[in-house]
Amino acid sequence: MSTLILLAATGLGLAALYFLVASGLSLIFGLMDVLNFAHGAFVAVGGYAAWTVADHVAGTLGLGLALIAAIAGGAALAALTELFVIRPLYARPLDQVLATVGLGLAIPALLQAIWGADPRTWTLPGWLAGTVNLLGAHVPTVRFLLIAAALALLGGLRLLLSRTRAGLVVRAGVENREMVAALGIDVHRAFTGVFALGGAAAGLAGLLDGLYQGSMSPGDGTALLIFAFVVVVLGRMGSLTGTAVASAAVGLVQQFANYLSPNLGDESVVILLAAVLLLRRRDLKGRPA
Amino acid sequence: MTASDNQVPRIAEPILRISELTVKLGGSAILHGVTFDVAATGVTALLGRNGVGKTTTVKSVLGLHPVGGAVRFAGIDLRALPTHRIARLGVGYVPEDRAVFCGLTVEENLRLAEPAREAPRYDFVYELFPVLRERARQSAGTLSGGEQQMLALGRVLLGPARLLLIDEPTKGLSPKYAGQVALALGRIAEHVPILLVEQNLAVVRRMARDAVVLDMGRVVHVGDARDLLADPGLTNRLLGVSP
Amino acid sequence: MRRTLAALLALALLYAIPYSTIRLPGVFDGPLDSPGVLQLLAVCLVFAGLALSYDLLFGHTGIMSFGHGLFVTGGMYVTTILVNHAGYSLLISALAGLGVGLGAAIVLGAVALRVDGIGFAMVTLAFGQAVSLLVVSGSPGLTGGEQGQTLNAAAVPAALSGIRNTANLYWLALAYLALCAALLWWLTTSVPGRMMRAVKENQQRVEVLGLNPYLFKLLAFVVAGVLATGGGVVYLLLLGGATPTVSGSDFTLGLLVMVVLGGAGRRWGVVAGGVLYAYADQSLTRLSGSSSVAALPGLLRGPLQQPLFLLGVSFVAVVFFLPGGLATLPARLRTSTMPIRRMAITRRHRVTSGPVTGKRQEEVAPRG
Repeated sequence: MSTLILLAATGLGLAALYFLVASGLSLIFGLMDVLNFAHGAFVAVGGYAAWTVADHVAGTLGLGLALIAAIAGGAALAALTELFVIRPLYARPLDQVLATVGLGLAIPALLQAIWGADPRTWTLPGWLAGTVNLLGAHVPTVRFLLIAAALALLGGLRLLLSRTRAGLVVRAGVENREMVAALGIDVHRAFTGVFALGGAAAGLAGLLDGLYQGSMSPGDGTALLIFAFVVVVLGRMGSLTGTAVASAAVGLVQQFANYLSPNLGDESVVILLAAVLLLRRRDLKGRPA
Repeated sequence: MTASDNQVPRIAEPILRISELTVKLGGSAILHGVTFDVAATGVTALLGRNGVGKTTTVKSVLGLHPVGGAVRFAGIDLRALPTHRIARLGVGYVPEDRAVFCGLTVEENLRLAEPAREAPRYDFVYELFPVLRERARQSAGTLSGGEQQMLALGRVLLGPARLLLIDEPTKGLSPKYAGQVALALGRIAEHVPILLVEQNLAVVRRMARDAVVLDMGRVVHVGDARDLLADPGLTNRLLGVSP
Repeated sequence: MRRTLAALLALALLYAIPYSTIRLPGVFDGPLDSPGVLQLLAVCLVFAGLALSYDLLFGHTGIMSFGHGLFVTGGMYVTTILVNHAGYSLLISALAGLGVGLGAAIVLGAVALRVDGIGFAMVTLAFGQAVSLLVVSGSPGLTGGEQGQTLNAAAVPAALSGIRNTANLYWLALAYLALCAALLWWLTTSVPGRMMRAVKENQQRVEVLGLNPYLFKLLAFVVAGVLATGGGVVYLLLLGGATPTVSGSDFTLGLLVMVVLGGAGRRWGVVAGGVLYAYADQSLTRLSGSSSVAALPGLLRGPLQQPLFLLGVSFVAVVFFLPGGLATLPARLRTSTMPIRRMAITRRHRVTSGPVTGKRQEEVAPRG
């Protein structure tokens, strides 16, 4: 029983990470039709920014500042990317994808140049480093932090989308951005906003991923990105609920399958992606194919 | 009055002036130099068979296609402007497929279209289309075709529209809804000039003053709408249908 | 005809390199016939061939695969495993490797091509990842895990082993490139090849003709896959062992970079792209140790020592400033009066000077 709980908690913890990364990707693709291969770089930059801050300021205060650094770092990089790389290539979608691929290669390499290829360890403050006793299982506290962060993001995004005008514009834009423009609304401002928001969530994921693993490597962002792609494709693009459900599914399947046989989880997730894509009769946005 | 050799009659103070509009899409030319004016009052009908380029013309005014040639709205050159700025100038668009946002409620659809600076004219819109107030909380995707058309029309009337581009508003509607929409259009036309793409000639006869006919991406006739429809031979030749 | 002559001339020149003692200081670390240089050139040639195989998919048929590296991986690993663990001869193992590559290409292609565009890219990414996982952590005993696995030297024929015979390996790589080039030349000008190009340009038109685009895409996928598998075998011989780096997404992205850098769909450009990429990849550590780079401040030096950084940046630069790749450079230089900033800030999708001919309105409706 306790194993079950531990596996579920870890699976949901992973799901939280995937959701943090995938939600941004999903909104970006839904609104802008851009497959952002640089998203993993946002994760990595957020993570390293946070690590550097925490390295200089100890304890929980350091962690709090690191949180801000992660979110700000991710958001800033994302906004810059949208303004200088994505926007100029608006009329050339293939080149847009290629440019994000280039960034996705260059930025982690830059991080490696600055911080080195070796993993940088995270020292967790006392209250975070322990475990919580849940029905007999000793679940590391970090898992709960991850889940809490993801739930907060989910709630926040839903509020943003349903209660604000910006959210209204995004929801409409995901359906038909030409018409939104024809109503007199500058959709491009929404683009930058959504990109920055995705970057902020990605940066947060970078920090949490570091805490979860206990260390930070330049390639961590890209590793997460691949799973995030799986999640985005499984849950419909642009649908927040779909992404959340898919994240949970992928995280849990991965954990439980890995328990049955090492690496089975990772491979099954990948096969699951292929299977769903091939069996699905609707295109990536959930419209009839 | 038909156009004489090489000359399209130009109106003195048109709200919209289109000159030598050329549009290429996917490698093939759709419009080969379209020229006509839209008067500042009343309804100008844009007619022609399927596929001649009517929708393309309308979309080009809004900047949804890259164009060659000139488009001037109230004297302003539209070619340099992005779509949302053109809309802000007062050009409203009601597309062929209505393009209501199905995931949003009726109320949200309208709210999205509220003008930035002026007060939205909900009174006018709800007076024209009371059903929109009734179904405010309903998801737009669940509306009937006619109701969606009314929503699409209502949207562009919330702000100070100076020209409406309306593409086949009665297409696919039941006679009841088609009639209601036509009635509403007539009332709207009293306030705003309309460039109306329409295949339903009964609607055209009732409210259009001028008619511009396209064929194969070119203007082939400009003149009074009623005169055109009163001439069965001409109508048949240009539009392929009997009036 | 001129093209063929140029190609034959290039082939002859490349063939002659191991006989030449020319030195190119700064570019190469020794005379052209030295083993180090020949090894480097051989890798460049193999990568050029791999780039050509990827170009068939991406540049010619317009399908973006993110799993092409799995074929190279297959060629390398199947051959190595059969030689090392099953004791088969190198030739048999290599042929078996090609067979596996062919089978995998047919099966994977048949399955993946049922989805279009981004879906296809994702599926191929998934397949590539699965293979990578298998190789790195699936059965380390068999594959050597993260370290890879050295090929049993006893199985390699004498002519291809030992430093003295680097020239032979070089010629093998050249033969591979020549084979790829010739095969693709012939294929792209054949009827199926032209259908593939048609599929890239306008899939609907192909369907309207009553043909099935799926079959042409599958053909391209299979041919590209088999060529890449062959490249994997040659690369294995060059390295003397199998390495898991070819299974990673970075490697496949590298192929994409090669093709885009050189010019998608343009053979000479793609070859140049492959050669440049391989050269940069192999030489970077050497270059970064050089005195000129060491003299740079740490801030600059660090990133310059990262091959992926340079590649990523040059990729972005090519997309912005040289769309169409290096292959378009000669044409651009010729019309050098054109402004460098080719990208139109096209938020507004505008063409400010259209094909307005100034002709007056044509004769309109005849007088009724």
